[in-house]
Amino acid sequence: MKAEVTRRACLTASALLGSALATGACSALAPARWPGTLDGADFTRGHALRDRRFPAPRATVQAAKLVIAGGGVAGLAAGWRLLDAGFDDFELLELEDRAGGNARSGRNAISAYPLGAHYLPIPNREAGALRRMLGQFGMIVGTDAAGAPIYDPYQVCADLDERLFWRGAWQEGLFPQTGLSVAERAQHDDFERTMAMFSAAVGQDGKPAFAVPIACSSQDPAFTALDRISFAAWLDARGWTSAPLRAYVRYCCRDDYGTEPGEVSAWAGVHYFAARRGWSGAETRDRELTWPEGNGRLVALMTAQLGDRIRPAQTVFGAARADDGATINVFDHHSGTSRALRTQAAILAMPQFVAARICPGVGGTKGFSYAPWVVANVSTSRHPRGPGVPLAWDNVSAASDSLGYVVATHQTDSGGDGPTVLTWYMPLSAMPAAEARRVMLNRSLGEWQDLVASDLLDLHPDLEGAITRIDVWRWGHAMIRPTTGFLTDPDRLAAQAGAPPLFRAHSDLSGMSIFEEAHYRGVAAAEAAMRHLGHPFESLLA
Amino acid sequence: MQSETMPPPSRAHTAILLVSVLVVATCGLIYELLAGTLASYLLGDSVTQFSIVIGSYLFAMGVGSYVSRYVRRDEIGAFIRVEVLIAALGGWSAAGLFLLFPLVDDFRLVLYALVLAIGVLVGLEIPLLIRILRHRYPFRDLVSNVLTYDYVGALVASLLFPLVLVPRLGMIRTGMVFGVANVLVAIALTWVLKERRGRRLDLAMAFAVLASLLVGLSMADRLQQMSEVAFYGEGVIYAHSTSYQRIVLTRRASDLRLYLNGNLQFSSRDEYRYHEALVWPVLGRVMHPRNVLILGGGDGLAAREVLSDPEVAHVTLVDLDPEMTRLFRNNAELVALNRGSLSSPRISVINTDAFRWVRQARGPYDAVIADFPDPTAYSLGKLYTESFYRELARLLAPDGMMTVQSTSPLIAPRTYWTVATTLEAAGLKTRGYHVYVPSFGEWGYTLAAHYPPSDTVHLPPGLRFLDARAERLMFEFPRDMARRPTPVNRLDNQALVRSFDEEWAHYES
Ligand SMILES: Cc1cc2nc3c(=O)[nH]c(=O)nc-3n(C[C@H](O)[C@H](O)[C@H](O)COP(=O)(O)OP(=O)(O)OC[C@H]3O[C@@H](n4cnc5c(N)ncnc54)[C@H](O)[C@@H]3O)c2cc1C
Repeated sequence: MKAEVTRRACLTASALLGSALATGACSALAPARWPGTLDGADFTRGHALRDRRFPAPRATVQAAKLVIAGGGVAGLAAGWRLLDAGFDDFELLELEDRAGGNARSGRNAISAYPLGAHYLPIPNREAGALRRMLGQFGMIVGTDAAGAPIYDPYQVCADLDERLFWRGAWQEGLFPQTGLSVAERAQHDDFERTMAMFSAAVGQDGKPAFAVPIACSSQDPAFTALDRISFAAWLDARGWTSAPLRAYVRYCCRDDYGTEPGEVSAWAGVHYFAARRGWSGAETRDRELTWPEGNGRLVALMTAQLGDRIRPAQTVFGAARADDGATINVFDHHSGTSRALRTQAAILAMPQFVAARICPGVGGTKGFSYAPWVVANVSTSRHPRGPGVPLAWDNVSAASDSLGYVVATHQTDSGGDGPTVLTWYMPLSAMPAAEARRVMLNRSLGEWQDLVASDLLDLHPDLEGAITRIDVWRWGHAMIRPTTGFLTDPDRLAAQAGAPPLFRAHSDLSGMSIFEEAHYRGVAAAEAAMRHLGHPFESLLA
Repeated sequence: MQSETMPPPSRAHTAILLVSVLVVATCGLIYELLAGTLASYLLGDSVTQFSIVIGSYLFAMGVGSYVSRYVRRDEIGAFIRVEVLIAALGGWSAAGLFLLFPLVDDFRLVLYALVLAIGVLVGLEIPLLIRILRHRYPFRDLVSNVLTYDYVGALVASLLFPLVLVPRLGMIRTGMVFGVANVLVAIALTWVLKERRGRRLDLAMAFAVLASLLVGLSMADRLQQMSEVAFYGEGVIYAHSTSYQRIVLTRRASDLRLYLNGNLQFSSRDEYRYHEALVWPVLGRVMHPRNVLILGGGDGLAAREVLSDPEVAHVTLVDLDPEMTRLFRNNAELVALNRGSLSSPRISVINTDAFRWVRQARGPYDAVIADFPDPTAYSLGKLYTESFYRELARLLAPDGMMTVQSTSPLIAPRTYWTVATTLEAAGLKTRGYHVYVPSFGEWGYTLAAHYPPSDTVHLPPGLRFLDARAERLMFEFPRDMARRPTPVNRLDNQALVRSFDEEWAHYES
């Protein structure tokens, strides 16, 4: 019992210090105290790629006209775009047993829940392709008098969407509202005003200063110059140093980029606050779309459309130009054999560090770094409570190094109590990524459970005895990090360019890991491939 | 006959003993007041309760005084043990009575047993003290001293109790605090009388009781919550936490009340007003109400009204909580109230979240009755949104009609009219009406249909409250409740919950 208490105290303390994973001292002994699984992107298959452990292809077979390698959001979006344009001679090869990549989801007896991505902000006007897809999925139910889309209310995050635990009570919104000094309040107002200005700003080239997808952003140096310094340095230079503001900014950077403000490019930092201009009929402006399974809902709808064109458990380990087409080497994890596929064109919809390994021509990886994340799905027999405003969809504590949790049943239930699933997020941003990845792999399920439970119970003593299960999911390469200089990184620019008949698609190309970017890259690659193959279509890209 | 072995107490001991008289007298009266207050609180009829409690307490003190003669030796030891016992019993009396109330069959038995026990022990105190102090003072001074302190203590107690203790500490804490005082007397005495035999054991007991009281004090709020009676101020006859809510039934005299999460759902005295007004305006406007849907209403009272219409062939009742419908199907008293509606062959009870259910349900229903708890929480607020009403509109037959429990148009007029605005946003035509239900106040409902609800209504004979004239009156809204512009309540703005919060907070402040 004593050892138990000490370990918990130790874990809590280290979590607060932001180095939850560096604490070898706390580890080793913890048995799993709850049922649960320890899972993640398939490490064995991933490492096989790293170590190039694949048998040479035995046969060369004629494949579809186009091959998509990688079934994350980018690969699926490419497939969606092809079908949408009437091009159906393609197949999609996915390394895992299931498509979806970082937007996959899980399900238990209580609810479906996300394993990674959990929401999609109402898309901007410039995200035309995405809007078209959402419309086809029935998520847009009409347009208002001004032509703005009206979103199906069931898909829009229900009120209350977010709350913050601040000084002993829950409050609405994510920025503290009480106990601030005049100066702190003034800094925040100033910050918000500046972001609103950036949001409305248009560059010399007539494009919005900050757009989603970012490819639609202005190239005006007045804005792109921000990419040369870190967000933290930029805030410092403006004198925005108040603790509550910086804590809020840090939360946002870690939430979207898994990265500390000291490393995030100031352009990306401002982008977070200034690029969202959700285009919709009247009241849903700054809202997000969400589902119990998070973006797993969108993945499921895209996957269903592509049907058996998706081939799971297929690792692509080689891609090369060949006369009038390409050769794709693929290893089938079911049969344990390799084949060489002959195709006319291919879309490599995988992260850059994989693409660079299997296809020499796609550019380097120097400027690409990835944030590791841990996501835990915590089943509880009752809803969390607490003083102040009631449970929201997204619940964040100002006193914790985790990002808090979202409630899986928020959209579907009106019961207000009873069993639910809380999806708990933690980017391991406080230590170097490689080290974090190593510690992440060495931790046992029991240790993770203790860490997650102690973070949750600190926030919710009312959940004592109510946790029934904790499933832990590790993302070694969860998100590309938009670090200082990412906009002009030559490797990224080279990767974006691609070279027919091999096209690239992945959120890595944008340097920001969000659904809209992955979707945009998939659509762009599909259109480039159709152009190359001479298939007629009308572009959806602005 | 007397204990020759004990030496007379020293000066210090005498002082402690005299202070003890004061403390002991105060404590004794406090326990008596606690028992009296609790009895009238829980059983009603304060004159009777107070009178009986005081009488039996005084009688028990007499018994204690009489019994004191059988203490032959070691008066101080006996006194100390009596103090420890009083501390335990008296200190925990309020908490114990509150907690036991819903659990025991005959609360009176427990109450008077406790009153008698404490009374006997308190009755022992003064005679023992007089005997202990008899060597210090001449008899004349002794009686005068002891009785003076005794009566002063009584005054202190009777002033402190209503003015400071009950309002500031509450009954549970008050008991504990005085228990602590009692046990401290015992500890102080044991401490100074070093050479007494059995001292160790007495100290151990005293500290155990002290510890229990301190723990009790620190948990007083929790205890208070656990003991619902302290919260409801009425006899709790059933209390159970389900996965979804806290169900509490209370009774005071013939008045049976249901609370969900502390919010009153009905009082058996006037629920007929509420339920007749909920059901008949809608059933009375539908030509052939064959298929009826009730959402919420797991108490079966709306179903009772609906099933009394012989035209109704089938009722579908959707209520989240299986334990709620089970309780109202099985408890004899509740079954008498809802006339066994939940066991009718004409009803199907579906225990699921109505918000989920309506999305996959198929109609058409000739009448729909939405009888949900007030929108006190965002989760409940979803059941009053445009999206939800669109589903209901889909389930409603073209010539069907629905009604929605819409909170008080007097206390929360903006909230009340938000329901109508929202139903209209969902494409329905509406008409509001209201009724006075004494236990709720002025209460409101909203009729909605694919066509404007008409004036004419066909009411069955023999209703307790409604006739055609009373029905017509319900549709009149005086100025303080009159319609006003409101936003549409939607999933992503929860305008209703927000205005409900504001208006009720304003009303209650
Ligand atoms: C914890 C977490 C939370 C997030 N939250 C959000 C959010 O709320 N909102 C949001 O918009 N975004 C969020 N994101 C980001 C979002 O999930 C990603 O931006 C998006 O899913 C990336 O899609 P992608 O196709 O670019 O990449 P990936 O998801 O990386 O897809 C690549 C796919 O290629 C496969 N693959 C790799 N190598 C090979 C190979 N050799 N052969 C075959 N297949 C291969 C992989 O298995 C994978 O399925 C989150 C991410 C994480 C990790």
